[in-house]
Amino acid sequence: MRAIEKRFGAVHANQAVDLTVAAGTVHGIVGENGAGKSTLMSILYGFYQADSGMIEVEGRPARIANSHDAIALGIGMVHQHFMLVETFSALDNVMLGAEPSWFLPQARAQVRAKLDALMRDTGLVVDLDKTVAELPVGERQRLEILKALVRGARILILDEPTAVLTPHETEQLFVTLRTLRERGTTILLITHKLKEIMALADVVTVMRGGAVVLDTRIADTSLDGLAQAMVGRQVHLGRAADARPAQTGGVLLRAEGLQWRDPMGVLRLADVSLALRAGEIVGIAGVSGNGQSELLDALAGLLTPQAGKLDVDGSSFTPAHWLRPDHARDLRIAHVPEDRQRRGLVLPFAAWESAVLGYQKRPRYDRLGWLRQPVMREDTATMMERYDVRPRDITLKCANFSGGNQQKLVLAREAQTEPRILLVGQPTRGVDIGAIEFIHGRLRALRDGGGAVLLVSSELDEILALADRVLVMERGRIAGELPIEQCSVAALGRLMGGADADKAPVLAAQPA
Amino acid sequence: MNRPIELPRWLDLFVLPLVNLAMAFAVSAVVLVTIGQDPVQVLGLLVKGAFGSRSGISYTLYYTTTFVFTGLAVAVAFHAGLFNIGGEGQAMMGGLGAGLVALGLGPSLPGWMLLPLMVLAAMAFGMLWAAVPGALQAWRGSHVVITTIMFNFIASALLIYLLVGPLKEPGNMTPESRAFGPAALLPGMHQMLGWVGLEWPRTPLNFSVLLALAAAVVVYLLLWRTQPGYALRTVGFAPAAAAYAGIRPKGQIVRAMALSGALAALVGINEIAGVHNRLMADFVAGAGFTGIAVSLIGRNHPLGIVLAALLFGALYQGGAELAFEIQGFSRDMVFTLQGLIVLFAGAMSQVAAPWLASAYQRLRRAPAAPAEAEAAHG
Repeated sequence: MRAIEKRFGAVHANQAVDLTVAAGTVHGIVGENGAGKSTLMSILYGFYQADSGMIEVEGRPARIANSHDAIALGIGMVHQHFMLVETFSALDNVMLGAEPSWFLPQARAQVRAKLDALMRDTGLVVDLDKTVAELPVGERQRLEILKALVRGARILILDEPTAVLTPHETEQLFVTLRTLRERGTTILLITHKLKEIMALADVVTVMRGGAVVLDTRIADTSLDGLAQAMVGRQVHLGRAADARPAQTGGVLLRAEGLQWRDPMGVLRLADVSLALRAGEIVGIAGVSGNGQSELLDALAGLLTPQAGKLDVDGSSFTPAHWLRPDHARDLRIAHVPEDRQRRGLVLPFAAWESAVLGYQKRPRYDRLGWLRQPVMREDTATMMERYDVRPRDITLKCANFSGGNQQKLVLAREAQTEPRILLVGQPTRGVDIGAIEFIHGRLRALRDGGGAVLLVSSELDEILALADRVLVMERGRIAGELPIEQCSVAALGRLMGGADADKAPVLAAQPA
Repeated sequence: MNRPIELPRWLDLFVLPLVNLAMAFAVSAVVLVTIGQDPVQVLGLLVKGAFGSRSGISYTLYYTTTFVFTGLAVAVAFHAGLFNIGGEGQAMMGGLGAGLVALGLGPSLPGWMLLPLMVLAAMAFGMLWAAVPGALQAWRGSHVVITTIMFNFIASALLIYLLVGPLKEPGNMTPESRAFGPAALLPGMHQMLGWVGLEWPRTPLNFSVLLALAAAVVVYLLLWRTQPGYALRTVGFAPAAAAYAGIRPKGQIVRAMALSGALAALVGINEIAGVHNRLMADFVAGAGFTGIAVSLIGRNHPLGIVLAALLFGALYQGGAELAFEIQGFSRDMVFTLQGLIVLFAGAMSQVAAPWLASAYQRLRRAPAAPAEAEAAHG
């Protein structure tokens, strides 16, 4: 791709971008959200047309007007959000839109034969007869890759492929991608997780502000080098060297024997007990889906457990009379939810409307039922200033902020009330490095101010960087507790459970 | 992959609807030519019929009043994430509420006491009629789209039962109640203008038109300026965020439906207390369903709804005039025209957006390009 230019209104999404990808390599494309990497790939895959510039595929100039052109040229794409019909079988999903015959039984037989051969060759195994809804996430992704390969893809674009995967699934994906590379498939890997690039890619292109800022072989660069190129300045994400030990005070919150079965009868919380003390960050580690979300919800009043007890600041709660979200806020429990787009913000609302979500009944914002709009706007502006939310436009729809800025807005809102207890779920999922550093700093500041922070994260690095004490959850129970001094990836991995524990943390290993 | 096209606000809110309207009229013109009518003449008569005389304007505004009420009803429910198709039934119940008060208390109360009571009764009946489906959705999971439609049939059956039975005027063959008497009649526009010394023809346009404007303002203030409105919209846009914020969605659903029903019920005031002065069976005449189109075209915003209601009011009035003036031009043609407008301005409202966007880009770039080139050199 040469001299690719693309503008969206005032935004110069790609400026004079040159990208050369050698056949049979894994080529990483990294950059923060909004750096232009997705736009570039969308141009390659035919979603957008470049305003100017040219694309050559395998030496020949190519015109890619839509995804059909791209597929015809041997370009396949695996989107971050899978494009699969959940109620169809895996086989039918592969076939959809490319049926070799109108008579479906015959078409199925043909496609199945092709897929079987392909699965043998590549080692990508998917149960073709299950519906997609029944497949685990990792298998859905393999299905997407197969779908692209069956359509003759020699160049495979993967957009943030590991965002939804567990560490173990990520490891499997990497094995797959290495196999594909050996078979001669060219792989374009878009991500902002630098470790993955270092582990997998041969060559990396770093984008910032719509332009290429670095283009280098992996052997010639380092994690820090990439991070610096990506953000444009030095970043530090690990544990602060001068981190003060926790100055823990009294117990602010104590939960005992929490138990919750979901409506399907699965035990999600099994006898969970924990205490949060003033001035500490407690990390909850574990593979996603082991009860961490339910624990956060229970403590925030969004879920009523069937058994257990909760004490906060002299108030006692039992399942018959559980805490409610508004009551939690009155007790100065703030909650940065895991799913900021569905829960933390109302996406069609302007920033200044979402910035009071949960506090809309406080006299500060509500006078006899009327919203005090000037106060709301003023406070939003202050929050944006303090938390460096960009763009600083209080009237912008929440949906139009990038993930990191949405998260900063939610955190700003929850932190501005100076909570005694902050419950945080996945604070940096899908967030740029620069913003991660900032968010970590704010969480530490809250701790140092005497607050208690409960941090749920599926990123072990994050927990290791922030927590003073780590609880590991596995199948709804607390599998173990370690003070931070005794935490290592290996120790946590063992607690995280089962046979997977030995493999899972490989990727998450701290760089020396 | 289709991305929604982002147009500048003024283009989106004002130019796009006009383009849609123009397309609807263009296709209507083709239809008219094929049936051997002169589209210019028809359109001219339509506009003249709706706005060409004082009585034409009055009729247009009278229809508009009804559509504002039902349009607002749909919009309020929409902002809470609900699709209220029961405007028809809620309006009937509103009429029934007003009618029962008028029949029961009419003889003994003066107008200034009776009329507010009728309005309140209408709203209470409509509220109740919509709140029940709301509660059924909140606590029992039965979808309001289904239940409100069913409630339309129940309302209709109930009204007809009452009008052929207990409330029927003895000796009258049509299913309607006895006349309420002058105390239960809202002042007409001709009367109101008469008080300030203006002469105006006698038409069905009555005090309710002011009520409709007030309702539009109240709905705007409620939804966008108050904390309960904030809670309601949060539930509509993001139920999970509402739960997170400590807003209980179940209560909001019932509230939104009740408010929606109260607005639809005011149709009963425009018709029963404003014009007919007696309870009849078919005074709603599809206005509840037209409200859906009005709200859709008005983008669920009170100002848009008032304008869309005016459009539909003009079509109703102008169309009636057309059917009267032109030989062989039936009311069905008017429905065709309305259908086309709903199609282009409602269902296909975004079809023209890409063209508009690219035209806008070209227009902007044409003068902007030289300046940029200079900047690049300098």
